[in-house]
Parts: sequence; C-alpha cells; structure tokens
Amino acid sequence: MMELEQKSASPTFFKKHQESFYKSLEDKHTTLEFEDSDDPLNSRMVLNMGPSHPATHGVLRLLLQLNGETIEKAKLDLGYLHRGVEKIAENKTYQEFMPYTDRMDYLSPYSNNVALCLAVEKLADVEVPERAQYIRMIGAELARISAHLLWLGTMVMDSGAISFFIWTFREREKIYDIMDQLAGHRFTVSHARIGGVANDITDDAMALIKEFVQTFPKELKGFHSMLDRNRIFVDRNVDVGVVSTEKAIDLGATGPILRGSGYAYDIRRFEPYLKYDEMDFEIPTRLEGDNLARYYVRMEEMHESIRILRQCLDRLPKGPIRANDAKQAYPSKDEVYYSMEGMIHDFMMTDTGICPPEGAEVYHAVEAPKGELGYFIQSDGTGHPWRLKVNAPSFRNLQVLEHSLEGASISDTVLIIGSIDPVMGEADK
Amino acid sequence: MTPYIVLGVSVALLVSSAAIAVYAERRIAGAIQNRYGPNRVGPLGLFQPVADVIKLILKEDITPSAGYRFLHTIAPIIPVATAIMTVAVIPFGDGLYVSNMNASVLYLLAIASLGVYGITIAGWASNSKYSLLGGLRASAQMISYELPLGMAVASCLLFAGSLNVLDVAASQETWWNIIRNPLGGIIFIISAFAESKRTPFDLVEAEQELVGGFHTEYSSMKFGMFFLAEYMHVVINSMLITTFFFGSYHLPFAALWLPELSEPLKMALDVSVFLAKTSFFVFFFIWVRWTIGRFTFKQVMDLGWSRLLPLSILNFVIIASVLYFLEHALS
Repeated sequence: MMELEQKSASPTFFKKHQESFYKSLEDKHTTLEFEDSDDPLNSRMVLNMGPSHPATHGVLRLLLQLNGETIEKAKLDLGYLHRGVEKIAENKTYQEFMPYTDRMDYLSPYSNNVALCLAVEKLADVEVPERAQYIRMIGAELARISAHLLWLGTMVMDSGAISFFIWTFREREKIYDIMDQLAGHRFTVSHARIGGVANDITDDAMALIKEFVQTFPKELKGFHSMLDRNRIFVDRNVDVGVVSTEKAIDLGATGPILRGSGYAYDIRRFEPYLKYDEMDFEIPTRLEGDNLARYYVRMEEMHESIRILRQCLDRLPKGPIRANDAKQAYPSKDEVYYSMEGMIHDFMMTDTGICPPEGAEVYHAVEAPKGELGYFIQSDGTGHPWRLKVNAPSFRNLQVLEHSLEGASISDTVLIIGSIDPVMGEADK
Repeated sequence: MTPYIVLGVSVALLVSSAAIAVYAERRIAGAIQNRYGPNRVGPLGLFQPVADVIKLILKEDITPSAGYRFLHTIAPIIPVATAIMTVAVIPFGDGLYVSNMNASVLYLLAIASLGVYGITIAGWASNSKYSLLGGLRASAQMISYELPLGMAVASCLLFAGSLNVLDVAASQETWWNIIRNPLGGIIFIISAFAESKRTPFDLVEAEQELVGGFHTEYSSMKFGMFFLAEYMHVVINSMLITTFFFGSYHLPFAALWLPELSEPLKMALDVSVFLAKTSFFVFFFIWVRWTIGRFTFKQVMDLGWSRLLPLSILNFVIIASVLYFLEHALS
C-alpha cells in the first residue's frame, strides 16, 4: 500500500502504464506462464510495435512476445486517438455533430453521415423522400468502394509491393472527384442532412458517377488478375490470421471479417434500411477465415457495390431531396432567401435543431465498409442528445487481432493488421 | 599502366553509378506508379542525388546512447568497402581489368560473404530490437543464398575450366553461359537478388515490419553509407550477372560474326557492351522492386534451402557429367 502511494506521488504515470501492460501480457494465458528457467538461451523478447510504426495504420500499439520471429502472445493497446467524440455529441445539436462523424471512420465519411442520420430519423420519426434515400445509397456505396480500395492498396503495400498502392489511389481519386461534385467536399463530405441530403446530384456529378460505374469494373478485373494468381501474395496470405466462425462471433467481429469467416451476415440484407430491400445483390462469403478469404470478400463486395450503384442509377426517382417539414429538416435555400418563414426555420434548425421526443432511445446500425456501424441515442427532448454511443466496427474487429496474431510470425503481423483494416479514428473515437 | 586507369575509372564509375542508380530508381518508380519522380533539381531532376547527399551530410549524426559506438561507426563502412573491392577482378573489356588474380572467383565469393558483417554488426551495435531482427535476418539470408550462388558460379567454371574470372568472361565469346546453362543463370539471378537484399528479398529492411531493419538507428552519412552500399551492390550484382552468364563484354555469338577491329575501337565496343548489359540489369533490379511483393522469412529460407540449393547441385552434377561424357566420347 505504502509503495503504491509513493509510486503515484512521483511522476511515473507512463512507467505504470507500461508495467501494467507487460503484466497483462504475462497474465493473459495462465497456461503459458513466462518463466526464465524455461528459456536459458534468453531467446524470447518483448517487442513494442507502435503507436508510431509504419504498418500499424495509425496509432495502434501492439506488444508482442516473441520467440525468434514467432509471436507467442500479443497484447493490444488502444486509445491513442481518443478524442471524446461521444461526449462532444452531448453538447451539439444532432446536425452539428455530423462533421465529427466524418472524422471517425475517415475513409468512408459518407457511411457515417448516413448512419447518424438514419438513427436520428428513427428517433424523431422523420420521413425521408425517396430520392434522398437513393442519393444516400449511391454515396454510401461509393464510400464502400473507396474504403475497400484503400484497404487493398495498404494491404498489398504491407506485403511489400509499393506501386499497387498508387494504382488503387488513382481509382480513389475518381471517387474523391465525384464526392467533390456531389457534396462540395472531397474528403469529409458531410453531405447527408437529417431528413434528406444537402443538395441534389448535379449533372456533373451524375456524369462522373456513370463514368466511374462504367470504367471501374475493368480496373477491378485488373487488380484481380494481378493478385489472384500472384504466388508471393497468395502464399503470404493463405492460412494466415485464421479466425474460425465461432471465434469470430464470440469476439464480436463484424463486416468482412465475419463474412470471411463463413458467417453471411450483412445488415443491408437482414435488417434493410434505405432502399436496400429493393436492391439485388449478393453477400460475398468465404469459409476459410484467413487473410485471403477476407481479400476475396472485400474484392467481391466492390463488385456488388457497383451492381447496387447501377440499380440506383436506373431507378433514381424524381422528387424532393429533403423532408418538407420545418420542425424536422432544413428548409431549401430558395425558401430561406425569399421568405421570412423560411429564414426563421433555418435559424431554428441551426440553433435548436430537431427535438426528438423526451425519453426516446434508439439503436440503428448500418453496414459500413468495416462492418456494423451503429448509433445508440437517448433523447431528453432537447435539441442535444442526452447520450450518444457509437458501436464502431473497427473497435470490434480489432478484438480479433490478439487471437489471430498468436503463432503468426512478425512478417505476418502487418498483413493481419492490414486485412483487419482498422481505422483508429473510429476505434478510439 | 592500364590496370591503374581501369581502377580509377571503375571506382569512380561505381560510386557515381550508385548516385545514378538512386536517381534512376526514383524516376523509374515514378513511371511505374503514374507520377513524375524527382524533376525539380537541375535539368530533369538530374542533380537530385547531389541534393540528397548534401542533405544527408548536413543531418545530425546520432548514435543510440545504449549502442556500441565503435561498431556502430565502422559497420556502414564494411558493405561499401566490399562493394568497391569487387571491381578489382571484373573484366570490363578484352584486357581491361585491374588485377589478373589466379583464383579471382574465390576472391569474389569471399568478398561477397564479408558484406554481411556490416549489416549484422549494425543490427547488433544499434541496441534496438528492430535492428537486431533485421541483422539476424540478413545473416541467415546471406548464408542461405551464398550456397546456391556458389554452385551456380561453379557450374560456369566447368565451361571455362579455370577459377579466373577473365577466363570465364573469355570462354563466352561464342556461347553465353545463359544459353549453355540456363538453370544456373536463373539460380544465379535469384541468389544475386537475395545477396543484394532487394525486393522480393528485402525482408532485412522490411519497412512495414521492421521500420528500417538494420539501419533503423542510423542517420546522417552513416545511413548514407548503407544507402550507397545498397545501390553499389545492385550495380555490382548486375555486373556479376553480366560477367558470369550474359557474355561479359561479348556481343551474342561474337566469335562467329564480329570482324577484327582496331584496338581502341574494340575497347570502346567492349566497354559499352558491358555497360549496356549492366544498365539493363540495374533496370531489371529496379523494375522488380516496384512490381512485386516481399517474401516472408520462412518462404525465403524454404526457397533457398529446399529448392535452389538441391537444384543448383543437381545442375552442377548434370553439367559436369555431360561435359565429362562429351570429352571422353570425343577422345
């Protein structure tokens, strides 16, 4: 007791943090106790990987206990990018919080916007016009392709082939251009609005999307032909980072990790939101549960996204793009500039925002590129959420990491992290 | 007098070729990746290597406080020194060589083995776990690939009947060794990639896994020396591939069709043929690096010990017995 007090008195915060991690590394499996007498040659060592490391995709920190190059135990340390987003939300109106969601999974901002909007709309019972729903689907599917392209580039780069990264970025650039035309921003789009979307698809954006839908499958075929039969890539990924179906469900994996482990769960199909119930698409699933399975799942998801995009473009109805109710959604700019009521409504929406009924609470999840992205919101009847909690897919998928790293080698580590595809902005919130 | 001129020219060439190779690598990488590469310093960015060197020299030189200062300092010198020592026995043309050593092939193999010391010592002296892993990988990899490399070279010696590199070069006037001994040539190229630690065998400095591998803790010109050594080894290995398997300074089937030339003309032709072939292989090294991925340690060991080594021994035995049989059948 005395010792503890002395420790806390001196500035040893980081040391304690460090020690507790080393301790947890030893505690994790009591059956695999680390004893010096076992290891007369002293061949084991603890390697600290991250938070600043070229392959940890942001600020992920790993502690690896190595025997030679084989990982005996792995321990994960999260929280280096914690920004308190959920707490910030309590002091923002629902609409004001949207730009923060852009910065959570910053690789697919559109999906996050849509996820927040859908949760708030469910909470406040807002009816969204059909055209807005289709535009949201187009944006979300483009975001999925964009996120998967980044995963593809970084994962192949992690396996040492650097040029591939640039090639996938050439395709991502096209999506950025589309987002620029569609939402007015390339990266953090904030295009969705509660009750609809910010603006209609412009002709330029439409032309770009149609061109992308035309050309992208060819590029995707090129990526397939470059990797599917590439001995180095396949040998490095097959049977690496295996997660069994049961283990994936137990650990709470979602999205491509879960589907790569043989569990065909996709929220777009099982709890359809927007207009996904009218769409015709497959759920790519693989049974192996290794890196290669996740590779195929994500590659095929890009195919399916293109299919959904085509159907959306064919069926895109005409009509308003925001709910026509001043208590629920922003009025159109025409109204704001040319009528007094419109202007008052605009002020009210910005100042107070939408006020869901008191005591209402809701959980709504969407299928983001990384998996199930859910928003849990409790309302106290004001314009600010009483409590907002994000169920982030990256955080859940990272739970798989400790399990799948054990027994792998150091060179597999980067590929396993790459195939799990965490975004630390989202995992640490 | 000629050896001294060749020595001066070839060492100057080697040092500057490393700078040119760095520039070429960045431009070719740019071309492969749909971008420009360095094009701002001087015409076409040609002075970029100069700017790089100035930057490296002006940077602060850091030795890890828990590192072993003496070894940390001498480690970067070793690979550069061994790379420069190699040119002593390479023939650049008919009669254009630095020294006519009797067993120069053995000298080459010995020098190639020395280079790994620099990397292993660097890995150990930095007192960093990432460096240590890089250094250990390097030593394991170099030892594994020296054997197939040596066997591939030995299969060339059977045709030359001599341990002298000059004789190996001269023996290819009509038939290049890659035609007489294609398997040996492929094994030699693969092993040369492994020896120069380039993709797909660059796990020694695998950026994504080991940050910088053995040179993680190096900065300033000490790092520059490693950088220089890497590109020198690319050039040297291209020269060795050319010398042992691609006819050295000979044009294809030169003995059959090339007319007698005056000496200066012959010299100019020899040197330019040799340099052209070397440049092609330097390009080949760069091309491969920016195209394919990296093996894991296990795969490298597997390829070296259970595929290349048995194959190279088999290749050697088959060539030896065929040559023996031919000689006896003829006599």
